[in-house]
Amino acid sequence: MAKELIRLTNLTMEFDGEKILDNINLYINDHEFLTLLGPSGCGKTTTLRIIGGFLTPTSGDVLFDGQRINAVPAYQRKINTVFQRYALFPHLDVYDNIAFGLRIAKLPELEIDQRVEDMLDIVSLRGFENRKVTQLSGGQQQRVAIARALVNRPKVLLLDEPLGALDLRLRKDMQNELKRIQQAMGITFIYVTHDQEEALSMSDTIVVMDKGQIQQIGRPEDIYNEPKNAFVADFIGESNILDGVMIEDYCVEFFGRKFQCVDKGFSPKEPVDVVIRPEDIDFVEADQGHLCGTVTSITFKGMQYDIIVDFKGFKWLIQTTDYQPVGKRVGIRLNPEDIHVMKKSAYSGLFGDYSSYSAEYDEIAEDTADEE
Amino acid sequence: MKKFSRVFTVLVFLFLYIPMIVLAVASFNTGTDMAAFKGFTLSRYAELFRDRSLLALLGNSVIISILASLIATVLGTMAAVGLHNARGRLKSAVMTLTNIPMTNPDIVTGVSLALLFAFTGSVLKIKSILGFWTLLIAHITFNLPYVILSVLPKLTQMDPDLEDAALDLGCTPSQAFFKVILHDIMPGVISGFMMAFTMSLDDFVISYFVTGSSFITLPVEIYNYTKKPIHPKIYALFTLMFLTILVLMVVMNLLQGKDAERKLRKRGVRA
Amino acid sequence: MKSKRLLAPYVAWMTVFTLIPLGVVVYYAFTDSLTGQFTLANLNNLGAYLPIFLRSIFLSLISAAICLLIGYPVAYTIANTSPKWQRMLSMLVMLPMCMSFLLRTLAWVAMLEDTGIINSLVTALGLKPLPLIRNNGSVILGMVYNYLPYMITPLYTVIMKIDPRLIEAAQDLGCNHRQVFTRVILPLSVPGIISGVTMVFVPAVSTFYISQKLGSTGTTMIGDVIESQFKTAYNPNLGAALSLVMMILIFICIGFMNRFTDNDEEGVVTP
Repeated sequence: MAKELIRLTNLTMEFDGEKILDNINLYINDHEFLTLLGPSGCGKTTTLRIIGGFLTPTSGDVLFDGQRINAVPAYQRKINTVFQRYALFPHLDVYDNIAFGLRIAKLPELEIDQRVEDMLDIVSLRGFENRKVTQLSGGQQQRVAIARALVNRPKVLLLDEPLGALDLRLRKDMQNELKRIQQAMGITFIYVTHDQEEALSMSDTIVVMDKGQIQQIGRPEDIYNEPKNAFVADFIGESNILDGVMIEDYCVEFFGRKFQCVDKGFSPKEPVDVVIRPEDIDFVEADQGHLCGTVTSITFKGMQYDIIVDFKGFKWLIQTTDYQPVGKRVGIRLNPEDIHVMKKSAYSGLFGDYSSYSAEYDEIAEDTADEE
Repeated sequence: MKKFSRVFTVLVFLFLYIPMIVLAVASFNTGTDMAAFKGFTLSRYAELFRDRSLLALLGNSVIISILASLIATVLGTMAAVGLHNARGRLKSAVMTLTNIPMTNPDIVTGVSLALLFAFTGSVLKIKSILGFWTLLIAHITFNLPYVILSVLPKLTQMDPDLEDAALDLGCTPSQAFFKVILHDIMPGVISGFMMAFTMSLDDFVISYFVTGSSFITLPVEIYNYTKKPIHPKIYALFTLMFLTILVLMVVMNLLQGKDAERKLRKRGVRA
Repeated sequence: MKSKRLLAPYVAWMTVFTLIPLGVVVYYAFTDSLTGQFTLANLNNLGAYLPIFLRSIFLSLISAAICLLIGYPVAYTIANTSPKWQRMLSMLVMLPMCMSFLLRTLAWVAMLEDTGIINSLVTALGLKPLPLIRNNGSVILGMVYNYLPYMITPLYTVIMKIDPRLIEAAQDLGCNHRQVFTRVILPLSVPGIISGVTMVFVPAVSTFYISQKLGSTGTTMIGDVIESQFKTAYNPNLGAALSLVMMILIFICIGFMNRFTDNDEEGVVTP
């Protein structure tokens, strides 16, 4: 349907002998909202900076509209960027910040004025023209940064964790706002984030990255429902990941029991990773379940309880609205569509066990990711 | 304890400013001996303004200081930007080079440049090479590190994305420097210039070795004066210069104070 | 690539006017003043100046120590005032350095002389005049006076940057006022102490005017000898040899002092 706009082929990047990007292949369509998602150090920002023209790849090509643009400097690309900490020019006011790119391009003042005013409407900052950017709140600075980039009518807008510095509430509002702007202006957004929720709610396409490699490309639903490996399953949402064996098509065995599933196409008796999402699991009476375990902890999370259940020494996370007291024997039932089977990968065995689960886990993970 | 340390500090400031007071008093003295106050007069100031040669020397000092600090500021700011972008061995080598004139005593800097000029003079068969140009070169040389050391921290503090943002919005690298980076590091550039200027204006040791009779600055001439009984109009000049610099510094201080308060408020808003 | 182009003019300038002059000093130190032939005579003659070297180092170390003792409480007091006062006071510390140090030294002469300001007060009280000038004490006083700002400024900068939460943490962990000082504040001000001592010691050991005016023939310092070789005795080769040795001594001293601090970017000689 849409036409291809940017293509990265065999992109590799090395710093001081260390591989930051390892053979990245990716195409991005016109009008697409594409998100590069991954933990800090996965290479997502490097990829973005290569597209923006701030870094030159060690090898591989960057194609824009079919033209190779490796050697085109940033200031000649029809691409603009919203920087992580906004990078607004402190010596200019809101208006002059937004007009900056147009003035560099030597547009007539009349047109500059028209376009800046339009932009101020789009980002709801009318009346702030003469404010110093240092006097704005984080959310307002964010809007100026977006306006400053979009006023140049780029073909592509790059956004590097643009909402990272905002508080949760503002972040949610800005997510909707960004999506609205992207659809209204009909341009391509390439968005970098480590926040999986943000990626799932905004993107047309998500590219999950880790260790300089692309782990999976797909629509948000595909990424969530059919993760390709243990890394993706763990990084996007919560997952219980178990060792299993594919007996035959539509039948997988784990915990010494055969389960019906919806996956096929594996070799007989192939060892696999089995993913079960915590919210897909239903409790039943202990004697009626497929599996039987003991509740070891329960944490109230507002929308649901996070319950850790010990099944033969393997701890599962189960999210449910039913209260289950610690120490209680419980049973669970698994429907075929709740079981996702993945090929074994380098990530097998690293994720998906909740033995060391604690309520703070999420926050710690987010803090470290912020340091990028 | 607190009271004691305050009193002590006041005493130390008094110690630092006693010579200024002695010199200022001497400038109103009818007698010529600093140590004995004979009577009050303003005639020393009148004599000062009638003394064309003394004012010319002051002019020389100001010309050299402005030229040297301007050139050092341009060259030093360029170097600081280069140094900021440099990495590894190159960076540490250039930092060492910058530290040499900072660590070397003035007399060694003066002597080594004097010998270089003497050597060049003997090779080129120029009799009196010492003068305006050698003085200017020497002043630029000892000013450069001051500029670099006051610009470099500003570059380090600058948001590294600012330059990328300018490039992103269509600036060529040189446009990015003049339209964005320079604005951001301006306080450092200005304070580097001011520091270089005051260092130059007051420099005696280095100037003394690298200048000849063809071009003399005020501090060098004062040294020549101090070998004979000194004329009190020099004290008048000193007093005027002291007051000028005092006023300049207080004004600069108040401006900086406003700037600092604004920054403090800004941080308050952002937090 | 870009950084190299920006650095090139600076590196070229510093090479020609800092590195090469040092090479010329070495060249002169090893050549004969008349024939221009290679010789070790200049260096062999240095033995005669050993007492002067030792005296210079001795007097400078004492001056640096006194500066530290006086400067630390002052720096500490300034750092504990409000930001407005801090700016004003640190400016007032720097201000004397912008004024002619020759005239300020002369003012001290007028104060200390046998018939000077202090002694005329003393004799007015009916006492005998005090021997205030032309001894080691007066030379040390001159150096302390002149270089005290070089001590206070780096100390103040370091003390000011100490996070007040560290002091609170120390108090929280049971330190009394004295322990807070000896266990937290003092160790954290070591970089400032090193840099202050260096910045006082280097110009003090190489000074050549203070001892001429405030001292006697018995207090000649190495800077005076170097100056006379260039300006009156016309033996630049011996002067070069003396400068070379002094430079090496200073580098050894700085290297020795830097071993107390692992921060080589901020530690030394930043004004």
